[in-house]
Amino acid sequence: MTVQLNIREYSNISMIKGPLMVVKGVGDAAYQELVDIEMADGTKRRGMVVDSYNDMAVVQVFEGTTGISPTGTKVRFLGKGLEVKISEEMLGRIMSPLGDPLDGGPPIIKGEKRDINGDPMNPAMRDYPEEFIQTGVSAIDGLNSLLRGQKLPIFSGSGLPSNLLAAQIARQATVRGEESNFAVVFAAIGVRYDEFLFFRKFFEETGAINRVAMIATFANQPPSIKILTPRTALTLAEYLAFEQDMHVLAILIDMTNYCEALRELSASKEEVPGRGGYPGYMYTDLATIYERAGKVKGKKGSITQMPILTMPNDDMTHPIPDLTGYITEGQIVLDRSLYNKGIYPPINVLMSLSRLMRDGIGAGKTRDDHKELANQLFAAYARAVEVRGLASIIGEDSLSETDRKYLLFGDAFERRFIQQGLNENRSIEQTLDIGWEVLSILPESELVQLKPEQIKKYHPKYKSQAQAS
Amino acid sequence: MIANTSNMPVAAREASIYVGATIAEYFRDQGYDVLLVADSTSRWAEALRDLAGRMEEMPAEEGFPSYLASRLAEYYERAGRVITLGNPERMGSVTIASSVSPPGGDFTEPVTSNTLRFVRVFWPLDVSLAQQRHYPAINWLQGFSAYVDLVATWWHKNVDPEWKSMRDLMMRLLVREDELRQIVRLVGPESLAEKDKLTLEVARIIRIAFLQQNAFDDIDAFASPQKQAKMMRTIVTFYNRASELVAKGVPTKKIMEANQDLVAEMNRVKFTVKNDELQKIDQLIQAINARFDQLASGVKA
Repeated sequence: MTVQLNIREYSNISMIKGPLMVVKGVGDAAYQELVDIEMADGTKRRGMVVDSYNDMAVVQVFEGTTGISPTGTKVRFLGKGLEVKISEEMLGRIMSPLGDPLDGGPPIIKGEKRDINGDPMNPAMRDYPEEFIQTGVSAIDGLNSLLRGQKLPIFSGSGLPSNLLAAQIARQATVRGEESNFAVVFAAIGVRYDEFLFFRKFFEETGAINRVAMIATFANQPPSIKILTPRTALTLAEYLAFEQDMHVLAILIDMTNYCEALRELSASKEEVPGRGGYPGYMYTDLATIYERAGKVKGKKGSITQMPILTMPNDDMTHPIPDLTGYITEGQIVLDRSLYNKGIYPPINVLMSLSRLMRDGIGAGKTRDDHKELANQLFAAYARAVEVRGLASIIGEDSLSETDRKYLLFGDAFERRFIQQGLNENRSIEQTLDIGWEVLSILPESELVQLKPEQIKKYHPKYKSQAQAS
Repeated sequence: MIANTSNMPVAAREASIYVGATIAEYFRDQGYDVLLVADSTSRWAEALRDLAGRMEEMPAEEGFPSYLASRLAEYYERAGRVITLGNPERMGSVTIASSVSPPGGDFTEPVTSNTLRFVRVFWPLDVSLAQQRHYPAINWLQGFSAYVDLVATWWHKNVDPEWKSMRDLMMRLLVREDELRQIVRLVGPESLAEKDKLTLEVARIIRIAFLQQNAFDDIDAFASPQKQAKMMRTIVTFYNRASELVAKGVPTKKIMEANQDLVAEMNRVKFTVKNDELQKIDQLIQAINARFDQLASGVKA
């Protein structure tokens, strides 16, 4: 958005309500124009025009309207959209969405000003994602691989360790062979202070902070500033990817907080509510965020997105996961029953899906047996879950020999393949080898999805024979 | 192809489906048979909801506008077969195949339930089938086609005069399988009658050999109607011959053991037999018949 207007100053505030302030007699306020507010005692706040009609401008105040008086307050319309100074200096730093440091460091001086709404990518210029990103997490790398330029959300439930998983991925994720060109933009949207401190401590202690830029807002801040958080983060990601040729992973946690803020603002603007009280345009609004991922022809960098959201009441049909699922390319689903069994990360691989996985794995990309091994693990685990249900009714003793092997496989798969430590960074080869190891519990005749030559090459039985001879 | 990415203006999203239908009608009027595929009408309905909200219209069910059903009807009613105006006389048609993506697979939500009022064929994709990696995950019990009898005349004339009876038998087995599975869950598989055990075994063959396909396999991705009919015939032959033996008191387990190699071959036909080598399936049917003749003579003796 490029709006070229002059700076105008007004002082006739007619109403203040919630985060909104109505200024009268403003005929030329542009939609999403940036506003400076100067109170009688000289303190300054910032805001944005969210509605402009009948000589009135509705201004949303980022810092909240508490303490603003209708008299003696000056409102300055700046004649430009919300711009934030962006530079590569932001890597290793923690900032608010307006660019103010939150880590006690000096302000960012260098950089170019960019509109945080970004420019939509021309669909014809998009490039298809087909290179693998290694996250070091087996359940993702092995079975739901993430590709450069993909947008793959994590659906979590309240209390599930999505923040640990987010931090682990932020620390470990890399493009093999291009480690130095990899950056993480971490948007913490409306998080609690303890979560914020956890992320900060985790990144600083593990040294990951050097390649992470964190944009944060807190749970007790007004909704308007929460809404800016992913936008500023993605503006930075676009700069790093398309100006600095970096591969950027943008992690947005937690999109549920974002949607709640959207609903709160929509209600205060007295808009007609849609499903669940969320505004009818929430799909469009989410799309303007999620579609800022991808690769562009002729540019070296890429933006991969991993939005994380909490499903209210673990309900996948809730508007937030539902609308997110429409736009993104698959999902990673966290599961409460796995979590209760003490398995970290509690990823339910059967419900999870990476729609682009098939194009980014296999010989030359990961390893030649990856596709077939993933199919085999899926099929065998699905069977194991089925057998588990059967065993709980008719008892383990009445199962056939093969079915009992499947039960063993199911447990080993969860304990050895899915489960891993918070600081355990597995290479894709390690992940696949563990997959083979747990599959070797099953009789060889059950491994129908794998090619005989792959079994000869990777099956632990033949591997150890080859080493012995 | 009419494309509209999710971050484009919402009004364009609403319009895209009408643009598609209009182009389809244009070709229809030239005498073509047109297939219009729309993916997904739920996103289109989402656009209707978005616009209705912005225009401050009174929301109806789940925030969708009250005219959702009539808009859906207007769209689906654009399908049909026509004699066009003008000379020479031409026949053209528009067939609409639209996807609906109900949140969480809930078919009672407004877009799905209203769509079902206006369509005559329904292919529901099933979450649990998809999780078992059964592709295509069409639920054969929930799905329906109101055209089965009409299509049967085409099959009978062009492919196989017994298509309808084979299809009905297979459908009956699948429905019975579903009932039996619930019983098995309660009392275990051993207490079933031999006849029912056979039903379970054959239904499994139908699911693996016939319903399940691999879209990435060169041969399996497309099965011609002729091949489909032959595959149905192998399964039906197997079932009929096995039923005869079961009626004579041969246990199902014994029949399945004696036919292990043939069942494996039936399950592989989809990958191994190309659409132009159907004589191989005929040979398989002969082999099945021969095997059962042999088994039957053993029973008599």
